[in-house]
Amino acid sequence: MTSSAMPPLGPVSEPQAATDAAPGTGPVGTLLTEPPPVSATGAPMITIEGISKWYGDFQVLTNCTTAIRKGEVVVVCGPSGSGKSTLIKCVNALEPFQKGQITVDGTQIANKKTNLPKLRSRVGMVFQHFELFPHLSITDNLSLAQRKVLGRGKDEAEAKGLALLERVGLKAHAHKYPGQLSGGQQQRVAIARALAMNPIVMLFDEPTSALDPEMVGEVLDVMVELAREGMTMMVVTHEMGFARKVANRVIFMDKGEIVEDAQKEEFFGSPRSERAQTFLSRILQH
Amino acid sequence: MNYNWNWGIFFEQSPEGTGTYADMLLSGLMWTILTALCAWVIAFAIGSVVGVLRTLPSRAAQAVGNAYVELFRNIPLLVQMFLWYFVLPEVLPESWGTWLKQLPNAPFYTAVVCLGFFTASRVAEQVRAGIQALPRGQRMAGTALGLTTAQTYRYVLLPNAYRIILPPLTSEFLNNLKNTSVALTIGLLELTARARAMQEFSFQVFEAFTAATIIYIVINLLVVTVAGLIERRVAVPGR
Ligand SMILES: Nc1ncnc2c1ncn2[C@@H]1O[C@H](COP(=O)(O)OP(=O)(O)OP(=O)(O)O)[C@@H](O)[C@H]1O
Ligand SMILES: [Mg+2]
Repeated sequence: MTSSAMPPLGPVSEPQAATDAAPGTGPVGTLLTEPPPVSATGAPMITIEGISKWYGDFQVLTNCTTAIRKGEVVVVCGPSGSGKSTLIKCVNALEPFQKGQITVDGTQIANKKTNLPKLRSRVGMVFQHFELFPHLSITDNLSLAQRKVLGRGKDEAEAKGLALLERVGLKAHAHKYPGQLSGGQQQRVAIARALAMNPIVMLFDEPTSALDPEMVGEVLDVMVELAREGMTMMVVTHEMGFARKVANRVIFMDKGEIVEDAQKEEFFGSPRSERAQTFLSRILQH
Repeated sequence: MNYNWNWGIFFEQSPEGTGTYADMLLSGLMWTILTALCAWVIAFAIGSVVGVLRTLPSRAAQAVGNAYVELFRNIPLLVQMFLWYFVLPEVLPESWGTWLKQLPNAPFYTAVVCLGFFTASRVAEQVRAGIQALPRGQRMAGTALGLTTAQTYRYVLLPNAYRIILPPLTSEFLNNLKNTSVALTIGLLELTARARAMQEFSFQVFEAFTAATIIYIVINLLVVTVAGLIERRVAVPGR
């Protein structure tokens, strides 16, 4: 069974590919110099509408609004503490929010009736510190959720896991434990673990920032390939090389706000906000 | 000091007529081990549940867990033993109380329940600490994969937490084993009680308690050895 054959999670939003040319998400992609990822013109896969979130008195997110279409790759960047992780966790309902609405593939995540475990099982997530389960072999790390959440049999889950391990170049390590792999290898396993659930979208929270420099490339390669295959991706990262290569859009956050949300060329060419300019000049210096 | 040493005493018949003094001590040892094992089963089960409660997001669950631990940790074990054995049958409806008092082996059941509930509060504390020592991202990773809270605990958090807390749990098991001696106050014929009986019958106080001491030490060393084996058995490769 392929992911496209899976039933939708909730009421499917009406097809609106042609008419849905919201400001800022228009067909600027046609001007790309490199071939764009498969398609970024589908219906919105994720819509984030007016999200605000507080930790006690402290406001972490202020009225964040954006949308990510099927097949689109969106890079989120911004200074430390600007709320990038918090926003991406809200999309997966890992963090509650007090105001606004997030819809994933037509399902409102704040709706009490939404089956959150089922929704999350279809939203892949990759963490900064990998978060593989240390007591399970790589094979079992890949099988656990397939079996317990999707109800796949042992053989089916392990075969699927092995195929994905092969894809990320780690088939020979299937029998090992996470503690026996390098950081880069662990992160590639973590990506495979998320892919094993046939996700409709992948979220990455600084997937390379805990890695030694020489291992960043191997993880980015896997992500670039994934993007080229048409996976919908929301990626918090400061790897601007990755953004230039495969992103459709770049979102810049500062102090809990989405300050800039622009097509890639526009963002790198002439960011409108001063804050984004300062940030860019600072990280591009290195 | 005019003391008649007599190490041969262990092979003399005890006045109870059920065998030698050595047999008497061994029967005490059996009750000690049986009580400790049964109490541990209760302590481990309740302790795990209460420990988990204290790490759940729900404030109500945390409050229940905290209340349990504070209640059972802050009353002396001896007092708890008396409460279960002497007070509980009186405050229960009369028919229940009578049933309890007439239970054969009542001291044994009471000791098991009392020690189990008491040790559970200590196990709960370890389980809580073990879960909280795990990186926060582990729970998040389980949740993000679509595991329910129960599944995340069962397959991710608890297997890792138990591995971390194996050494302190071994200590708790040893305490539990030694605490069985408190049950002599409610009439359980465990090892310490039997050593005292031997001393009273034979007046060989040194021999009786030397034997008891050595038996306790040997048993505890055995437990430590087994715990070490378990620890090696469940060790995670690459850590
Ligand atoms: N559980 C929490 N309780 C209180 N404040 C929090 C909590 N988690 C995060 N914050 C605060 O919220 C703000 C945003 O945090 P967040 O982790 O989303 O930032 P970030 O953009 O991902 O930063 P970084 O680049 O350092 O990862 C920070 O100021 C942080 O201190
Ligand atoms: Mg972050």
